[in-house]
Amino acid sequence: MAMLEVKNLDISFGGLRAVDDFNMTIEKGCLYGLIGPNGAGKTTVFNLLTGVYKPNKGIILLDGKDITGKKTIDVNREGIARTFQNIRLFKDLTVLDNVKVGLHNHNTYSTLTGILRLPKYHKVERQMNQKALDILKVFDLDKEADVLAANLPYGKQRKLEIARALATEPKLLLLDEPAAGMNPNETQELMDTIGFVRKHFDMTILLIEHDMKLVSGICEELTVLNFGRVLCQGKTAEVLNNPEVIKAYLGE
Amino acid sequence: MSKTLRSNIITVGLVFIAYIGAQILIATGSISSLMKGLLVPLCVYAILAVSLNLTVGILGELSLGHAGFMCIGAFSSAFFSKCMKMFVPDMPGALRFFLALVIGAALAGLFGILIGIPVLRLKGDYLAIVTLAFGEIIKNIINILYLGIDEEGVHFSLKSSLDLNMADSEKIIINGAMGITGTPNDSNFTIGVVLLILTLIIVLNLIHSRDGRAIMSIRDNTIAAESVGIPVTRYKLMAFSISAALAGVAGVLYAHNLSTLTALPKNFGYNMSIMILVFVVLGGMGNIRGSMIAAVILTLLPELLRGVVSDYRMLIYAIILIVMMLFNWAPKCIEWRKKATASVKARLQKKSAAKEVE
Repeated sequence: MAMLEVKNLDISFGGLRAVDDFNMTIEKGCLYGLIGPNGAGKTTVFNLLTGVYKPNKGIILLDGKDITGKKTIDVNREGIARTFQNIRLFKDLTVLDNVKVGLHNHNTYSTLTGILRLPKYHKVERQMNQKALDILKVFDLDKEADVLAANLPYGKQRKLEIARALATEPKLLLLDEPAAGMNPNETQELMDTIGFVRKHFDMTILLIEHDMKLVSGICEELTVLNFGRVLCQGKTAEVLNNPEVIKAYLGE
Repeated sequence: MSKTLRSNIITVGLVFIAYIGAQILIATGSISSLMKGLLVPLCVYAILAVSLNLTVGILGELSLGHAGFMCIGAFSSAFFSKCMKMFVPDMPGALRFFLALVIGAALAGLFGILIGIPVLRLKGDYLAIVTLAFGEIIKNIINILYLGIDEEGVHFSLKSSLDLNMADSEKIIINGAMGITGTPNDSNFTIGVVLLILTLIIVLNLIHSRDGRAIMSIRDNTIAAESVGIPVTRYKLMAFSISAALAGVAGVLYAHNLSTLTALPKNFGYNMSIMILVFVVLGGMGNIRGSMIAAVILTLLPELLRGVVSDYRMLIYAIILIVMMLFNWAPKCIEWRKKATASVKARLQKKSAAKEVE
């Protein structure tokens, strides 16, 4: 069964049809790319998938379960985690605490337990610290665990966002322009990390990207959006050689 | 020992040391009766500052109605205590105060939830103004509230004491603008310090727990908090109502330190709310220890100045306020302080290194 199945998704803002009859199927374990020129509606698709916007029409199935129109919080609990185009970290919390917020729903104790510092508090907090450090190690951030997120260099902030998303134990990870603002070296490193995450966590990943080197390097399948409509869909190599796609990107 | 635990112990330790210090001063008689009268209010203001810091510093929402919650705690508990004094006179004072405390905190917390539901939908300045309005509404309603109890049951009016239709005017408990008179003086400095320490423990433990992290994540980035599955509304309400309940505790302490409790603009109006906000901003938003210290200094300062320069004391108070603000938060000052501490540290290290060589 497909991990994500989107059928006839539709949303308009005022008179603008931002996303128009959008269909997409992502198999489990696939690394899928969503590309298109600026303003094509890529981030809108992300916002629809994560419940920030409610679609006017259409169905979203995650692992066979209908999650259409659910709230962002519930979508995350169902198993979709995301990062943001403009980084949204908890900047006044430490790197470790950022990841621990991601662990929130899977490691619980009551408010009273926390205030009274009952034994369960210490036990769960220890487990959370361990889990958080394990995730941070994957991203080579474990040495900066006590640094405030705002003080991290840009590339590491991007990584921390992915780490935080992974901490929510998702089935599907959405990355919104993970390589934006990175230099070629950092991009290469990020590609390796994404590949590692996919293998290590057995993750299905959908990413938006403009960096064609990254897209052609790691994505197996692509959907190209243009003016809210699907222009082309299929294997990466085929899609990138499609004359329609080249036209949309480079003009006639 | 972890960094946060050490910091928490220092905070609670400071209160304890201050308490011992004050007790020594009282025992040796080197403290004026005016100062002695300030000890319980000091605890009240410190509790208020710490509790407001939970809303302003940790949740990140500017609330200007904190005195309103204190007012609810004060009047509900004073009402209870006076009733108990009238109808169950042989109830021990400690038990009466404890029950009054629970009632005051619970009622203030309940109002925190009720007011929080509409208010927390707003953001920033709008939220601040609406909380200000709610604070004033609470104060003004209590100002026209008449409540009495006799053999026929509870009498209630918002017009005048005559509308209560009570046979015996002695049994009016809340008498409109004249408030409540004859509340038993069940609180004292020791109880105040115990309540302050309890407040500190509750707030500090909350901040450094799973729920505290969730609350701070909402402050830092609401959209991101939602995206990792944090129930934003629930945690906002929780922080707001705990903050209100603790303000209620301060109100209980305040009410049981006075024999006459009235809802004046001075003690429960927006002046008071802004005063508490000044403690929090000056001590540092999110810095629990700082806001507590600021509350103590700014409460003591006008009284200490009274003896020295009585004519200009409010002027000097204002100047000190400005200087403290600049010293704490001006970027140049922060830079200078960092440099100074670094150089002191370097000198100490040199000294210890030199000793090792010897």
